[in-house]
Order: sequence, then structure tokens, then C-alpha cells
Amino acid sequence: MSTSTTAVLDTPRGVEEHAATRLKYRSQAVAKPYFIAAIGLFFGQIVFGLIMGLQYVIGDFLFPEIPFNVARMVHTNLLIVWLLFGFMGAGYYLIPEESERELHSPKLAIITFWVFLVAGALTIVGYLSVPYATLAKLTHNEILPTMGREFLEQPTITKVGIVLVALSFLYNLSMTVLSGRKTSVSLVMMLGLWGLAIFFLFSFYNPTNLVLDKYFWWYVVHLWVEGVWELIMGAMLAFVLIKVTGVDREVVEKWLYVIIAMTLISGIIGTGHHYYWIGTPGYWQWWGSIFSAIEPIPFFMMTLFSFNMVNRRRREHPNKAAVLWALGTGVMAFLGAGVWGFLHTLAPVNYLTHGTQLTAAHGHMAFYGAYAMVVITMISYTMPKLRGREANSRGAQKLEMVSFWLMTLAMVAITLFLTAAGYVQVSLQRMGTTPMPFMVAQDHAATYYWLREASGVVFFIGLALYIISFFVKGKTDEAAH
Amino acid sequence: MSASFTKSTARNIFYGGAVFFFLLFLALTFDTTQALPKRDNRVNLTEQVARGKNIWETRNCIGCHTLLGEGAYFAPELGNVYQRRGPEFIKAWIKGQPTGAPGRRQMPQFHLTDGELDDLVAFLKYSSEINTNNWPPNIEG
Ligand code: HEM
Ligand code: HEM
Ligand SMILES: [Fe+2]
Repeated sequence: MSTSTTAVLDTPRGVEEHAATRLKYRSQAVAKPYFIAAIGLFFGQIVFGLIMGLQYVIGDFLFPEIPFNVARMVHTNLLIVWLLFGFMGAGYYLIPEESERELHSPKLAIITFWVFLVAGALTIVGYLSVPYATLAKLTHNEILPTMGREFLEQPTITKVGIVLVALSFLYNLSMTVLSGRKTSVSLVMMLGLWGLAIFFLFSFYNPTNLVLDKYFWWYVVHLWVEGVWELIMGAMLAFVLIKVTGVDREVVEKWLYVIIAMTLISGIIGTGHHYYWIGTPGYWQWWGSIFSAIEPIPFFMMTLFSFNMVNRRRREHPNKAAVLWALGTGVMAFLGAGVWGFLHTLAPVNYLTHGTQLTAAHGHMAFYGAYAMVVITMISYTMPKLRGREANSRGAQKLEMVSFWLMTLAMVAITLFLTAAGYVQVSLQRMGTTPMPFMVAQDHAATYYWLREASGVVFFIGLALYIISFFVKGKTDEAAH
Repeated sequence: MSASFTKSTARNIFYGGAVFFFLLFLALTFDTTQALPKRDNRVNLTEQVARGKNIWETRNCIGCHTLLGEGAYFAPELGNVYQRRGPEFIKAWIKGQPTGAPGRRQMPQFHLTDGELDDLVAFLKYSSEINTNNWPPNIEG
């Protein structure tokens, strides 16, 4: 190992005493700060979710200090950024192990971490401390106006920063893969990550023509979550399943290819389910409905995949919590993306449900079930190793599994209550001969919003327990190993 | 999965499928851009509308409202607000915020000039004349 590598790893933030004995490659340790940051930002995301959930029923809560739109930006941008931290941590851990060599440059990985964290933090502080219009002025949005579009609210300079961070990350991983062993898992991971970076470039395209703006906005959003991110998710899940089940790599990788083949065969043209009512030609109602109706299949295959691999396991891995998260990801991704996605994806249904609480219901369960959970699966499997043990103590795992159930069941409840709110909204505001105005219909759904907020509190408790589980001590039970 | 179906078959289906459907998507995108001039109301894309869109974006209106059904679900759809309320109501409304009604959802005060308000209304008018295949289902959005 080069001296620079050692220097990085010997910093206080680096590995604990015996980590080297648990990691195949010492440079995998750079994943740790990424995962810690991911969890911290996740916490922030949920705090702002709770603020908004309350504003839904107590409209002037925290107004004018934190208007709803500000809380929403913070909530969704923290979500995206913590998932990106999670993907990056996963990449830094997984790629050296698959490539059977040290990371090309651990030092660059650490620098990239700090750049990303500081840029992200500054952006969030900007959202919260000055009016958005002032932030736009301060960051010279007029040079290349990209702000003010859902999920892409970041100042243009932050977007440039994200691209640079992504490039540094991809350079580091690509060099590692190129000079090491090439596996299907690492290849799919790299394809997904490169795709993520490439499609993000469309966030810089913001024409005055609203239809074109919206059309290519989906090149980022849809082609991420129903395209390249599924490749990343599949690769991460495959990696963890190989490790915890000991099932033959050939079998796992065959599944992986079939899943991601179905993802892209259905999901690319499936983008059409966003092109029904934004000014685009009517034929998209056919293309979008037919292809997006197939999109649940790859998600269902992920469910089958995770259960199948665990049932055929050749070893009892001591990290039971990681196995639970992997199975949970398979189920919840299918429910959130597959079932709740299908619910409103056919054009005649979407005509009524477009842009309602039903959309929010689906958005929540899909993001949680697929991407939040797969990142936590990865963290659950790797974090004990990064901290120098094969698995956490029995007590820590027990608490982690309690947090799994609290968060997951709370998310099921949130989804059901938002679905009920959506039903109220659609039937009162969109149907019938005397439709109600928006705000009047909202009042009729207030009970469901309260119940959503209560479920949100349970989610928050689950998350708090999850974080506490990292601090539970006790002897590791490796007897079954 | 059966043993006769090998990993390399699966990989080939993946690459073939990805390339084929991506190219098909590009072709459909091209066709869409050809069809848009008749639908997207670009004849009315004036300088004023462009300024209005910029105000829309730099006040992050999409953080509470939907526009053609996309955005946030906290406040009413604005793609058809021009027909629902008319230009004068919209301007008076924006000027009058926040209502301060206790417990009611609040909209911030943006301190827009009269010129900026006209720009914003021009943008909303332009948006409302896009051919959206008859969406939303009724005037309430
Ligand atoms: C993990 C994968 C997925 C994630 C994370 C996800 C997330 C989301 C989010 C956040 C939105 C709202 C976008 C906005 O704010 O405008 C959305 C919209 C939508 N999603 Fe998904 N989705 C996923 C998969 C799917 C699948 C597989 C389907 C179809 C089977 C689907 C169908 C839809 C439809 C039709 C809309 C538009 C709703 C509307 O018209 O308001 N999604 N999705
Ligand atoms: C305590 C739990 C949570 C609460 C109370 C909450 C609340 C909210 C609220 C009120 C919105 C804005 C909806 C609107 O535009 O009107 C929102 C948006 C969103 N939240 Fe959450 N949230 C929570 C947890 C989560 C989690 C765990 C995730 C994902 C892992 C998530 C992902 C999202 C996404 C993707 C959107 C945008 C949805 C869309 O555009 O359709 N939230 N959330
Ligand atoms: Fe989609």
C-alpha cells in the first residue's frame, strides 16, 4: 500500500483497531464516513418531513420562518443527497472487493467526501437562511438558470459541484475496476453509476418552453429511479446476497441480468407515463401505459430473487439484521414501486389521480422501499465490518431489527393514509358535476393527514432506535459462523 | 431459473434490450419534438413569458403548487388558474399574501413589482394554453 493510503486510513476518522482483519482491502474503509453522513442526512430529512406533515394540518406552523416550499426542498434534497452518499459508500466498499484490489485512490475518495458534504451543507443552509430568490441572486442563477424545478432546486453552482464529485468518484472506481477483476456485479454497478451522472446532465437544460423543460426534466427523474438507479440497486442487493447467503455467484449474476434487462426494456419507454398531460402528443398514452404496466415485473423479480437466494443459502451468516433488510427491500420495493406505481400508471386512471396525494403515497413507499432500504441493507452488512467485526452483538441486532419493523410498518401506514387522502381528493375535487375547490377538498382529508403525521412520528422513533443501535455494545455472537 | 438459460444469454438480452429500447426512446423523443410546435403554444412564448417563468422558478412556486399536475400537492393546481381566476384576481392574491388566517396554509409574500406580476401572469396564461389532452378534468384542477 502506498504511504498516502496509509496516511488517510490512519486518521482518527478511519478504521478502528481491528478493522483490517475484517476488510478484504483496507481502502474499503473510506466507505465509512459516507455511510455515517448518509444516516445523519436521513435524520434531517425526516425532521423536515414531520414539519411539513404538521403544516398540512396546522397551515401556519413555523410560518414565515420555514414556509412549506422551503421545508419540502430540504426534505427531498436531503433524501437525494443521502441516497447518493449511500450509493457512493456502497461503490467504494463493493468495487475494491469485487475487483480484488485496493481502491485506486483512497485519498481522493476522502477529499471527495468532504467536498460533497460541505457543498451539500452549504446548499441546505442557503435554503434555510435566505429567501430562495436571494439565493438565486447570490449564486448567479441568471448565468445559467437551472433552479426552481422540483428536486432540481439546487443552485447551478451546486449542480456543477455534484457533477465534479460524481466525476471524481467515477474516475476512482473506474480505474479500480479497469485494473482489477471484472465481475458482472461491478460492471452493473458501474453502468448504473455512470448512467446516474450522465442523466443528471439534463438538469442543466432548462428551456423557456415549458413543455420541453418538463419533457427533459423526466430524463433526470424517471430515468434515474426507474432506470439506472435500479441497476445500482440490483448490484448492491446482489453483492450483499452473495455475501450473506454464499449462493454461487453465477446464479446470482444470472438473476441480476434478467432483472435489469426487464428494468430497461420496460422502464425506458415507460417514461411515457409522465407524458400524458404535459403538452406532449397523445400517443404517449399508449406507449406509457403499456410499457409502464410491465415495470412492476423487475421489481417483483427482486422480491423473488432475495427470497430465493436466502432460501438456498449455503451458510448462516451471523448478521441477521442485514438479511432482514435485504428481504425487506425485495418486498417493499415491489409494493411501493410495483403495486403503488401500477395503481395510477394507466392513462385513464392517471387522468384523475395525476398530481394528487396518491402520487405522494407512491413516491414515499417507492423511495423508501427501493432506495432507502437498499442503502440501509448495504450499511447493515458493511458497517460491522468497517468497525472491525463480522456482525454486531445480539442486542444491537435486535434493536436494529425493531427499528426495521417500526420504520417499515410506519411507511406502510403513511402510504395507506396518503392513499386514502388521495381517494378523498380525487372523488371530491376531480369527479362529479359539482367538484370542490382544492382547499375545500383538502379540509375533508384532514383526518388522514393527522394519521399520516402520527405514523411519521413512529417512523421517527424507528429511525432514532436505528441510530441508537450503532451504540449498543455487547459480545458478537459468531457461533453460527 | 433453469440451467439451460445461461448467464451470458441473460447478459445478451440485457444489452440488446437496453440498446434497442433506448434507440426507440430517442426516436419517439425526436418525433415528439417535431409534433410539439402545434401543441406547446410556442407562438406565444414572448420575452415577457420568459421573464415570468424566471420569476416562477426563483420563487420556487413549484414547492407548494402543481403546474400541469407536477410539483407539490400542498396548494392548488396553477396550470389552469388563469381560466379559474383571471389575471386581476391572481395579481391581487399574490399581493395580499400571507392571509395570516390562523391555522390556514400560508403563502409567502414575494414583494413582486407590478411589472413582475404582469410577467408572472403572462407565464401562467401561456401555460394554460398548452394542449394538455384535456387535463385537468375540471376547472378546479
Ligand atoms: C423505485 C422506483 C420508483 C420511485 C422511487 C418512484 C418515485 C416517484 C415519485 C417521487 C413520483 C412523483 C414525481 C413528481 O413529483 O412529479 C412518481 C410519479 C409516478 N410514478 Fe413512480 N417511482 C418508482 C417506480 C414507479 C413504477 C414502477 C411505476 C409504474 C408501474 C411508477 C409510476 C408512476 C406514475 C404513473 C407517476 C406519476 C404520478 C402522477 O401523475 O402524479 N413509478 N414516482
Ligand atoms: C416522518 C416521515 C415523513 C413525513 C411526515 C413526510 C412528509 C412529506 C410531505 C408533507 C411531503 C410533501 C408532499 C407535497 O408535495 O405536498 C413529502 C414529499 C416527499 N417525501 Fe416525505 N415524509 C416522510 C418521510 C419520507 C421518507 C422516509 C421518504 C423516502 C425515503 C420520503 C420521500 C419523499 C419524496 C420522494 C417526496 C416528494 C413526493 C412527490 O413529489 O410525489 N419522505 N414528504
Ligand atoms: Fe416514472
